[in-house]
Amino acid sequence: MITIDHATKRYGTTTVVDAVSCTIPRGGVTSIIGPNGAGKSTLLSMMSRLLPLDAGSVVVDGLDVSATAGPVLARTLAILRQENQLTVRLSVRDLVGFGRFPHNNGRPTVVDREHIDRALAYLDLTDLAHRFVDELSGGQRQRAFIAMVLAQDTDYVLLDEPLNNLDMKHSVDMMRLLRRLADDLGKTVVLVIHDINFASCYSDTILAMREGALLRQGTPEEIMTPAVLHEVYDVEIQVEQIRGNRIGVYFA
Amino acid sequence: MRARTGSLPSAVVQSARKPLRTMPPAAWLTVLGVTAAALIAAFLLVGLEGNLAYVLPRRLNRIGAMVLVAVAVGVSTVLFQTVTGNRILTPSIMGLDALYLLIQTVLVFVLGAGTLLTLGAPLRFGIEVSLLVGFSWLLYRWLFLGSGRSLHLLLLVGIVFGVFFRGASSLLQRLMDPSEFIILQDLFFASFNRVDPLLLLISAVAVVGLCVPAWRLRHRLDVLALGRETAVGLGVDYRRTVTLVLVICSVLVAVSTALVGPSTFFGLLVSALAYQLCTQFRHAVVLPVAVLLGVIALVGGQLVLEQVLAFDTALSIVIEFTGGIVFLVLLLKGRIR
Repeated sequence: MITIDHATKRYGTTTVVDAVSCTIPRGGVTSIIGPNGAGKSTLLSMMSRLLPLDAGSVVVDGLDVSATAGPVLARTLAILRQENQLTVRLSVRDLVGFGRFPHNNGRPTVVDREHIDRALAYLDLTDLAHRFVDELSGGQRQRAFIAMVLAQDTDYVLLDEPLNNLDMKHSVDMMRLLRRLADDLGKTVVLVIHDINFASCYSDTILAMREGALLRQGTPEEIMTPAVLHEVYDVEIQVEQIRGNRIGVYFA
Repeated sequence: MRARTGSLPSAVVQSARKPLRTMPPAAWLTVLGVTAAALIAAFLLVGLEGNLAYVLPRRLNRIGAMVLVAVAVGVSTVLFQTVTGNRILTPSIMGLDALYLLIQTVLVFVLGAGTLLTLGAPLRFGIEVSLLVGFSWLLYRWLFLGSGRSLHLLLLVGIVFGVFFRGASSLLQRLMDPSEFIILQDLFFASFNRVDPLLLLISAVAVVGLCVPAWRLRHRLDVLALGRETAVGLGVDYRRTVTLVLVICSVLVAVSTALVGPSTFFGLLVSALAYQLCTQFRHAVVLPVAVLLGVIALVGGQLVLEQVLAFDTALSIVIEFTGGIVFLVLLLKGRIR
């Protein structure tokens, strides 16, 4: 369980995230949606201690993210950011191996090897393991970074816009994968996402943010209504029921 | 009680084979190690004649200075580049050695050369290094802890810092009493040919003492090379590690500047070659390779210039020239990110 209590982030006089409080349940996929500048990524960064909180607290499984030692938190929670450029040239296998750093401090054991092999196989990267990361396509590279996060073997996986720069097929693959992480492996997946329909079809819980505040938290059924979506995005959005999924239509 | 999540399904275990474009790192280390040792032996023994009790200690002294400078410059450059996340900025390009010279000048200017000399080399060096660490932390903290700044802006800031420090030093030197100026000049334009044995000893202690923590940081540095956010996500205490690296770099720069004066491009030359040679990112390999390349460049260069070409003090010019060309090539090829 992730408990966020009055989390606040300010830049100068601008408040980017304004005293957000909520509880993200253990297990399942939770999506954070909202327009640009709503503070989604900032909230996720604070949850994963990439950004310090200006006020409030975030507690993950009883660990206060501002006070817990780095390696301890890194064995509980993994974070994947949207831009992942590397200045170093390394193979996919080496990259995935870094996921084991919180467990082995850079001295790999046989157990670490197994974790790396499993993470590579789970993301279908076994054949690419010896390729350099900068030689991969965007989708493959994204998978390599996810494999690193999986090798980290944490209960909580946080992702900042994992569908960025992915085409439809790769987006669907990515969301299915995140679903499998939650359903098969029992991980808690939290992601920031722009596409409300992906959020609707693949999440258990949706957090809707606007202007630094948390507007709504609920199931896709509760959030995917014209009224709530209008409140969040200020756009008229029709919601249709297609094969049991609620799809927002905002093109007209 | 919190329950652990399930583990991933088992997979076929892979061999840890890696694609090798060049020789494996261990081979490079051996080749470079042997070359460096051979060059050192040649430097000590070639043309050895006359009064051995006079010649040999002098040669040992010079070798010691060159090896220390190679270690200090190699280690500080690689560490600095890892922490700043690029392959083109070095402590010298950012003006750190100019800052050291400025601190020395200000000390002579304020306290007077006489007072400074009576302090004795260890205490004087200690004071200078502490001031350098303090000021570099004040000035360069933003460079390390900020994220996502444009490399060109950093480069520009470094050049401006360097010019400012050098300008301030030369202004003070002009205002200074000429006799004090001569003492000051003697302090910082030592060359490999005349290094005070006591200074050499202090430097050796400092360099060895800093290489231990630098070596112990090597795995954490590998993670840091992935970028700040990935490193924090993997549990590295970013602030603490970066502070430690900045302190290590400052002291190493002070040592190499105190021994042979500023050298803008030597560090860049060594680190660029090291990364090029071993196509490796692991500091366990890159650090020793950079140091060995530094030893080879300094000792080999000095040997060739003295014994083959019979020149005397042009090595720094040759190294700066080559390093400057490497710098331009790196900039033009856009290998920097």
